[in-house]
Amino acid sequence: MVDIQPYKTGFLQKLGLSLSALGLLILAVTLFGVEFENNGLLLTVSLLSIFVGTSIYAIKTYISLPAGIKNHGIWFNSLTSKGLLGWITAVILTGFYVVLYWFPEYLGQGVKGAANTNLIALFNPLSDLFTGKPATQWFVYGTLYTLIITTLGIKFILKYRHNRYQIIRTIVVIIAQLFLAYLIPNIMEGLNSDKAYFAMDIKYFWPLNYYFFNDWHLNNMVHGGSLGMVYLVWGIIGFLVITPFLTYYFGKRWYCSWVCGCGGLAETAGDPFRHLSDKSVRAWKIERYLIYGILLLITLITLVVLYGYFSGSSTFLGLDIYTYFTHPYGFLIGAAFSGVVGVGFYPILGSRVWCRFGCPMAAYMGIIQRFKSRFRITTNGGQCISCGNCSTYCEMGIDVRAYAQKGENIVRASCVGCGICSAVCPRGVLKLENGKLEGRIGKTFSYKK
Amino acid sequence: MKHIVIIGNGISGITAARNIRKKNDNRITVISEESPFFFSRTALMYVFMGHMKFEHTQPYENDFWEKNKIDLLHDTVLKVDPNQKSVLLKTGKSLQYDDLIIATGSKSNKFGWPGQDLDGVQGLYHKQDLEKLTKSYKTIKRAVIVGGGLIGIELAEMLLSKNIEVTMLVREKSFWNGVLPNEESAMINELIKLHHIDLQLNTELIEIKDSGTGKVKSIVTSKNEEIECQLVGLTVGVTPNIDFLKDSGIEIERGVLVNEFLETNVANVYAIGDCAQHRTPTGGRKPIEQVWYTGRIMGETVANSICGNRSDYQPGIWFNSAKFFDVEYQTYGWVWAKPKENEATFFWKSKNEFKSLRLIYDKIGNHILGVNVFGIRLRHEVFDQWIQEKKNIEYVIDNLKTANFDPEFFKHHEAEIKNQFDKSTVCNLI
Ligand SMILES: Cc1cc2nc3c(=O)[nH]c(=O)nc-3n(C[C@H](O)[C@H](O)[C@H](O)COP(=O)(O)OP(=O)(O)OC[C@H]3O[C@@H](n4cnc5c(N)ncnc54)[C@H](O)[C@@H]3O)c2cc1C
Ligand code: SF4
Ligand code: SF4
Repeated sequence: MVDIQPYKTGFLQKLGLSLSALGLLILAVTLFGVEFENNGLLLTVSLLSIFVGTSIYAIKTYISLPAGIKNHGIWFNSLTSKGLLGWITAVILTGFYVVLYWFPEYLGQGVKGAANTNLIALFNPLSDLFTGKPATQWFVYGTLYTLIITTLGIKFILKYRHNRYQIIRTIVVIIAQLFLAYLIPNIMEGLNSDKAYFAMDIKYFWPLNYYFFNDWHLNNMVHGGSLGMVYLVWGIIGFLVITPFLTYYFGKRWYCSWVCGCGGLAETAGDPFRHLSDKSVRAWKIERYLIYGILLLITLITLVVLYGYFSGSSTFLGLDIYTYFTHPYGFLIGAAFSGVVGVGFYPILGSRVWCRFGCPMAAYMGIIQRFKSRFRITTNGGQCISCGNCSTYCEMGIDVRAYAQKGENIVRASCVGCGICSAVCPRGVLKLENGKLEGRIGKTFSYKK
Repeated sequence: MKHIVIIGNGISGITAARNIRKKNDNRITVISEESPFFFSRTALMYVFMGHMKFEHTQPYENDFWEKNKIDLLHDTVLKVDPNQKSVLLKTGKSLQYDDLIIATGSKSNKFGWPGQDLDGVQGLYHKQDLEKLTKSYKTIKRAVIVGGGLIGIELAEMLLSKNIEVTMLVREKSFWNGVLPNEESAMINELIKLHHIDLQLNTELIEIKDSGTGKVKSIVTSKNEEIECQLVGLTVGVTPNIDFLKDSGIEIERGVLVNEFLETNVANVYAIGDCAQHRTPTGGRKPIEQVWYTGRIMGETVANSICGNRSDYQPGIWFNSAKFFDVEYQTYGWVWAKPKENEATFFWKSKNEFKSLRLIYDKIGNHILGVNVFGIRLRHEVFDQWIQEKKNIEYVIDNLKTANFDPEFFKHHEAEIKNQFDKSTVCNLI
């Protein structure tokens, strides 16, 4: 048994924090024009410091506490309760995304053939290693994204180490990001470097990958050799067969909280903010209009794009397809919603704003989950004491308690199956399950004879 | 249209109000001064520890009440006059009713200790207790908690989360030993000590000393030890909150006396929840039940009766749950601290985790009577059915897995449990 220590920041934790601060500092100073002799070395030092420092901090912090739910002080901490620190973080994150999407030259992205500078240049050696090409803002973003999911994923595992569902799920999240979304695509990009770009993350299906059917992307796959053809076929099977099939058996969680990159970030980096989601009925209404609206939108746009592709026309009803269809979607939904609002606003709106209000993939799977899936959250008879922990910590803003206190199963389109409601419930009321379709919805148990 | 007045906006009063509203359009007024809206008392600890904000303890949105035409009156009832069918309020007004539901809950016990009204002595029941503690905790270095029950352990966990040193005085020889059998009780003792709580068993409070300014300075125990402290938490149980009914003509004892239909001796007056005392309790239950779900069931039952379908209180087979720090506890059926004549016991305990399972079964009929479980979640529905259908103990052991309610991928112990059971029955045969 562990010897339980009081909640204090000791030497090791401070060391860990300093180390990861050092790593961040290296990244930060490049933004202000500081240049290094040996970018490869500095980048290694920086990324390693962040990884090791944060891990030391997390290990020391959580191992000295007994295994169990660790939510003390969440609503008193300025960072995690929409206090000043929360707002500052939101502004910085939002700013980062705005620059990343629309002003990458401020990060040092070389434009019009110019060499990279600043932060992007720091990543050149790593990019060179993979593909033999200099880094781009997307390479830098992908690398940092993967680092964050890995590092904070380890922290998450330690935090929920009493819960094997959380441990296994998070290991899969890390592997999916590290290998499927980052290493493999980058390595293949290197092997295939004579061909034009197409998305090589095997789980990045349409409609989350909204440009899958865009003419340039289709062309790049079609002309991308046998690999390109494999990706084309796989992508179509992925959204037509694999997605409905797995969602029927396991609910949308197989994607949203197990392998998805957006979900992966929300579950790890977003974990300290999950309770900030809006639980009101009003928010639920907005959610339904927005998310299905966006699913409809991307479906229509994709049909237009396909029409253009097969008819060889660049206009639809006299409107230019790029200017009036694909570009606005990419700008408004692909960038502004999923990135700037989706992640930038973590500390204000919670960690799953994009997944809940915007993601068309989630909408698509949500319909299956709601109407034809074996997945549900079962309520344990009459044990609920209406305490509200489950609803508070549901990142999707589902009022879990409203079902639990009636002894009713929770079958909701938006539930991503993160399992946190079940983890935080102090009375053992909730269980994520796959089971028979009949009797899935509605009341399950009556304590009266 | 009838006017139904409900005193108390806790789980029982509010369940009654909601269920009456579902059935008809009568005027409903709920009176309470504790909080503007219904909240979950069971979550007070989580608010203090920063897991939730107070608003999260409210299961319904604030406009729910107006939408459902349930009038909320922020007041306290001073007197009930059954002859006039009226209640007198603190603000001086009085209110006529056609049906009256008393759902006033409990209040913390105080046993007349010297110094029990000093500043720094408090219980944990009402929202106001939480507010008091939230104001005072920063100046507290050591707290003494008197009484070893479920609220006591919650208070201990709350104070520990603020790095306050805690002493617990427990009258029994082991924690909650009036309810828990020795092995489970010993396990919780161990858990308490692991959290660096100074657990003093076989010890009672004798007196609370004044610092000279009306504040707590220290306490003296039955072992004649004086412990300096700035807070004394009195968690020695709760009693029905019914003083205002004295001399009203409504018959009371420790609680408001009710029959199986939750009717008092006075027509059109009902009592439900923590404050009700059943004249003829059933199913081995106590006359006064101070748990969440019984309040809820009584609320549903009384709503039926008032809406013309006279119903008796049928809580079914006993169950309950709690959490001791990180260790969850559930129970179904009856498990007494000491087994009764006819009861046999099977007990399994994990070697290195706070997990245990106790099955109680009939010595002759061999059928399952109850279960106590720590650190493993069990399905209510399954055990309820097994106990009702009197499944025999071998069946229960063989099918334990169907009753498991732990999250997916959790470690299973059924095989180990069965192994031990098989060994123990072999021993019995020899
Ligand atoms: C800290 C704590 C933790 C608990 N944890 C659990 C648990 O885990 N599981 C469990 O089953 N139970 C638990 N309980 C017990 C459970 O909360 C009670 O059994 C339940 O709240 C009783 O509900 P009630 O509606 O009968 O009364 P209450 O909730 O007490 O509501 C009664 C209301 O009536 C008001 N009132 C009283 N007198 C008057 C008057 N004269 N005029 C107007 N209003 C009045 C009171 O202010 C109060 O608001 C816990 C209790 C506490 C205090
Ligand atoms: S309902 Fe539970 S499992 Fe589903 S998203 Fe909310 S917290 Fe996660
Ligand atoms: S956390 Fe558990 S006990 Fe609390 S409201 Fe949710 S289901 Fe009920």
